[in-house]
Amino acid sequence: MMPDLGDFAVEVLAAYGVSIVLLVWLTVVSIRRARKLRRQLAEVEARKERADV
Amino acid sequence: MSIWEYANPKKFMTTTTPMVPWVMGLAGLLMAGGLAWGFFATPDDYRQGSTVKIIYLHVPAALMAINAWFMMLVTSLIWLVRRHHVSALAARAAAPVGIVMTLIALITGAIWGQPMWGTWWAWDPRLTSFLILFLFYLGYIALWEAIEDPDTAADLTSVLCIVGSVFAVLSRYAVNFWNQGLHQGTSVPVATGERTVADVFFYPLLVCMVGFGLLFLGLVLIRTQTEIRARRMRALEARMRR
Repeated sequence: MMPDLGDFAVEVLAAYGVSIVLLVWLTVVSIRRARKLRRQLAEVEARKERADV
Repeated sequence: MSIWEYANPKKFMTTTTPMVPWVMGLAGLLMAGGLAWGFFATPDDYRQGSTVKIIYLHVPAALMAINAWFMMLVTSLIWLVRRHHVSALAARAAAPVGIVMTLIALITGAIWGQPMWGTWWAWDPRLTSFLILFLFYLGYIALWEAIEDPDTAADLTSVLCIVGSVFAVLSRYAVNFWNQGLHQGTSVPVATGERTVADVFFYPLLVCMVGFGLLFLGLVLIRTQTEIRARRMRALEARMRR
């Protein structure tokens, strides 16, 4: 299944490894921050509603 | 219906929220498919050997690094002219995505350059302008973080974005401006359509480019929504303190 990368296996695998790690990291960080902010905003909105009542 | 309706944060949120899972899902499918196609099912190049497989990461990342800056330029200009907060926040949201794309292009370029050119780095016009673009991304992100007042930060980062656009243009056309250096011209010239890449490499590359483009779009939507929520949260907290 794994293609024969010949003399350049280290270079090709390193390029794929680094790129995939960076892309996954960016995606995970973006989604985590989005969830955290959504939760925090809901809390602040609830607090504001209670204060208004 | 006008495009400016989406400058309303509420309208932006209600329109983009259902889009995000589809955009991200399609991006994941195309990227996984395109990269697997390129890695497992394409032959080695007769001169570059298996290093040609790096093209499926390097070219889409470089393309998105430059396009991200142009998207930031357009949204920054909209902010400066029309003062729509969503456009300033979209520019801010795009910068971390753009810097990661630039970093991937620089790293994969160095890894590809070492066996092909015999060096990790050369002060070639395209490589140098790309490094400067990376530094502009760093400066842009740092400037947003350094200024407390969001409107002032949006104004100053917009100006920085306009200045940095020179290097975004240079990154794309440096090879045409200076006929020197190691980096070859663009492999897929959109304007002329005269590509120098064989079909067997081009089709998986095209899938990867679309996948990277959709990933960029999905991440910018997610991050813009986050910036809008953060802004609303700060506004509510300020109101409650009064």
